[in-house]
Amino acid sequence: MNRTVTAAAPSGPHGTAPSGPASHTAGPAGASGVSNASGSSGSSGSPLPDVWEDLVTTALLGTDRRTPAGSASGANAPAALLDAAAVATLRRRAGMRPARAAEHPRPAPEDPRPELPPAAARRLTMLLTDRSGASGGGRRGAAPDLLELLPQWLAAANAHGFAAPPPALPALLDAARGRTDLRPAVLRFAGPRGLWLARLNPDWRFALRSAPGGGTSLPGPGDTERILRLWQEGLFAERVALLSSLRSREPAAARELLATTWATERAEDRLMFLDSLRTRLGPDDEPFLEQSLADRSRNVRATAAELLSALPGSALAHRMAVRARACVAVDHTGDAPVLTVEAPHECDAGMERDGVVAKAPAGRGERSWWLGQLVEAAPLDTWSRRLGGRTPQQIVALPVGDDWRSELHAAWCRAAVRQRDAGWAQALLGEPSAAEAGGPGAVSLAERAKLLGTLAAAERAEWVAGFIGTHGLPDAFQLLGVCAVPWAPPLGRAVVDALDIARDAGNYPWSFSGVMGLAERCLDPLEAGHLDALLAVPDEAEDASPGAGGYWSEAFQRLVTTLRLRAAMLAELNPAAQP
Amino acid sequence: MTVQGVRWTADQVLALAPDTASRRAGSRLGAAGPWSGAGSSGEGALWGLCKGSGSKPYRTVVDLADVSGPAYKCSCPSRKFPCKHALGLLLLWAGEEGAVPRAEVPEWAGQWIEGRRGRTERKKATVSPSGPSSGPADPEAARRRAERRAERVTAGASELEQRLADLLRGGLAAAEQSGYGLWEETAARMVDAQAQGLAARVRELGAVPGTGPGWPSRLLEECALLHLLDQGWLRRERLPEGLAATVRSRIGLPASADGPPVRDRWLVLAQYDTADARLTTRRIWLYGTQARRTSLLLSYGAAGRAPEPALPVGLALDAELSAYPGAGQARAALGEQFAPPASTAERPPGTTATLATARYGDALRDDPWLDSVPVTLDRVIPVPDGDSWQLADADEDAALPLTPAARSRPGLWRLVALSGGAPVKVFGECGHRGFTPLAAWPEGPGEVVPLC
Repeated sequence: MNRTVTAAAPSGPHGTAPSGPASHTAGPAGASGVSNASGSSGSSGSPLPDVWEDLVTTALLGTDRRTPAGSASGANAPAALLDAAAVATLRRRAGMRPARAAEHPRPAPEDPRPELPPAAARRLTMLLTDRSGASGGGRRGAAPDLLELLPQWLAAANAHGFAAPPPALPALLDAARGRTDLRPAVLRFAGPRGLWLARLNPDWRFALRSAPGGGTSLPGPGDTERILRLWQEGLFAERVALLSSLRSREPAAARELLATTWATERAEDRLMFLDSLRTRLGPDDEPFLEQSLADRSRNVRATAAELLSALPGSALAHRMAVRARACVAVDHTGDAPVLTVEAPHECDAGMERDGVVAKAPAGRGERSWWLGQLVEAAPLDTWSRRLGGRTPQQIVALPVGDDWRSELHAAWCRAAVRQRDAGWAQALLGEPSAAEAGGPGAVSLAERAKLLGTLAAAERAEWVAGFIGTHGLPDAFQLLGVCAVPWAPPLGRAVVDALDIARDAGNYPWSFSGVMGLAERCLDPLEAGHLDALLAVPDEAEDASPGAGGYWSEAFQRLVTTLRLRAAMLAELNPAAQP
Repeated sequence: MTVQGVRWTADQVLALAPDTASRRAGSRLGAAGPWSGAGSSGEGALWGLCKGSGSKPYRTVVDLADVSGPAYKCSCPSRKFPCKHALGLLLLWAGEEGAVPRAEVPEWAGQWIEGRRGRTERKKATVSPSGPSSGPADPEAARRRAERRAERVTAGASELEQRLADLLRGGLAAAEQSGYGLWEETAARMVDAQAQGLAARVRELGAVPGTGPGWPSRLLEECALLHLLDQGWLRRERLPEGLAATVRSRIGLPASADGPPVRDRWLVLAQYDTADARLTTRRIWLYGTQARRTSLLLSYGAAGRAPEPALPVGLALDAELSAYPGAGQARAALGEQFAPPASTAERPPGTTATLATARYGDALRDDPWLDSVPVTLDRVIPVPDGDSWQLADADEDAALPLTPAARSRPGLWRLVALSGGAPVKVFGECGHRGFTPLAAWPEGPGEVVPLC
């Protein structure tokens, strides 16, 4: 334990001292870094540690009580003791020898990725300097919030496949420690050396957990034996990591691996494992899932049913379609066709087996609760056939009798999200400029955001742009969050126009700080040029909030600065653009 | 002398910041947004207008060509020096080629630069001819003052001897109970005696009993060295001149750097500040590439203010250094600089772990109170060793443990990350407490990484 600098007896200055550190390392000074171990002392012939220990003991007790061996007593005893201690101290310091080396760590694996361009490395230093200051409080002024740009910087650096500069790794890992959302990008950028480093510092243990494979290198695709052993003997986190990594490579192998131990797993673990089948879910998984519908655990049954219903060709989806179709019909008896809904009267054993939860939550009618679950799990293409060959738009446009509309549409929304059906999503979203799109219509903002997620990026941006154009910014934050970065030109322009309108209306900019922050991060840097007109401090209108003009100018200033910074940042990372 | 060709790195600019708040504020201003009319003269001057919260932008000028280190001027009300605007301007310049284009110096910036350079020239002109005789006007009075001070120090040293003797007569165990009070009072007596060096050592004694197991041994060591210093002072007439000067400097007597000026190309290896309640102390290690020796620039600032100068790691200076008196003293004063500091890839030559400890042992012959010596180690690997770390020689079974202070610094992790388990070159301080790494270089090509 006392592997500090060890003193060897200096018989000359250093030359002839015994080679290697002395083995005898006892002594009170052990932890100080100077130990009083030694071989034989040069002049007196008595072993040095004893001399030193004798001196320390005397010093502790006081010379009034004890006289060191061979030393003066009486009035001169303290001075004599200090003289002897000074000589011994210097002798030991001068005779220091290096300690034995502890076991060397295994070197970090090679990182074959290219180094960052110098300008990008400097930029990273600056972004990380701002790290601890993000929550520094106070007004943000016109300066950009650098930490908010780190995610983008990381994404771009990862896209170009650069290696992290090793000295930046501690700051990167610290940043990721505080912000879980940064972890995947940071760990990818940090690469093998980052993982190697994280293993040495308990503060960065999260890296081992969240890294694919939990930090230990996962067995390769062909290494069946190690896979099987890790699966049978590994910790829960390791097993989850193994299963999900295998699933993303070979879906069938992962499912078969899971099946080998399925019967003996605990219910909570079964649920987690089953969840990892979400990745690359396919028709081949049906038999296994179908079998899980009979699981002992209700949560496992429900998850299996949910996964099956996301497979439109599955038997469960078919059964649900039959049930759901029985509940919805077109009534042609009136002037115009109307959808009539006849919710199920009971939840039979078959329905329960297929994942329908019989007991409704408090405050909801049982029958509408069952209906929602049936429609949600039925393949959406069943409706076109059932309802006279109508398109999703036409079906959504049909009036619904007896106040069933919101129930039915909400269930279709959930189905469209689960089945990732862009056609239905588009139909359910409706026209962005429609009056009810902004109000508390049938489809909530959260559901809309989810529906938007199923659309292609361009369609998403166009819809949100239309929404903002009509309804302004108050409700746009959540919707903007699902749009692809950088924002497509029509969307970007819609946001900037809306901000401009908000300013002219005399609001304070911090009412829009959420959207402003998003704009800083997501607006296409090329838009910066279009914003110059907004930077000036306008003359104060009479009805405007006092001083708002100046704050707006500052907010736009920050927006433009941030956009320029992003443009510079991305250019630095683009090796082709480097001169 | 164009500074444009050797832009600094962001790290080097950030090293100029007086505190972390300025670092942060400065880095936020290091982008084109708030700046207008930024330009550089190509001769080391930068200027720009920075939009602040007021209606008028701040006017910021930086003169990098100044021989005594960068000089700043800004119309903002900040009392930080350099202010965030000056840092931001430098970062802007450091960050991007062409972000601060070559331009004609505007009048408002030119006036200040001209005025400053003019003043410096005049100062040089007036100082150099009267250089040697620029001492005090009345040498006789100065001698009497020095004598009076020596008497007071002698009185202080004698009193301290008495107190140490009392301490050892009663035993160190008793000292543990009396705690800081005893030492604080003694330190105050040493301040009265104008022996700052003694006062500082006495104050440190008060902390030793709290340092955990083995403290009696450490306390005895420090007491013994203090006793040695007292005795050195009381018998200074019988010491060789070099050692006597070392004793004077350790006691805390003022000295001037009157060694002959040595012109060299000095590499900036490390710059770090330590602060207590009253004082910030800055240490800058410089390596002279021709003389092959390492010198220390020591400077002080009032609490909360960064001491001058600031020399970022990785720069090289063409300058003269004059040594302070005393055998085994690394301290020197920065004299004339012949060119602005410029980035360099040059590294100091290194040695082995075994030779590094030997070097410390040798240095103790000249200055027994020395805690550490500056050393560059070649091919060492940071190795975890229980709760601690050591630098292990890659080529022999020898390792230097890190000092307890170095273990808790963030620089340790930068060093470990840089190494990745492979040998690196490390500059630091090697002494009886262990090794304190201050800068490192990868084995392959790459910039210096500051660790402090």
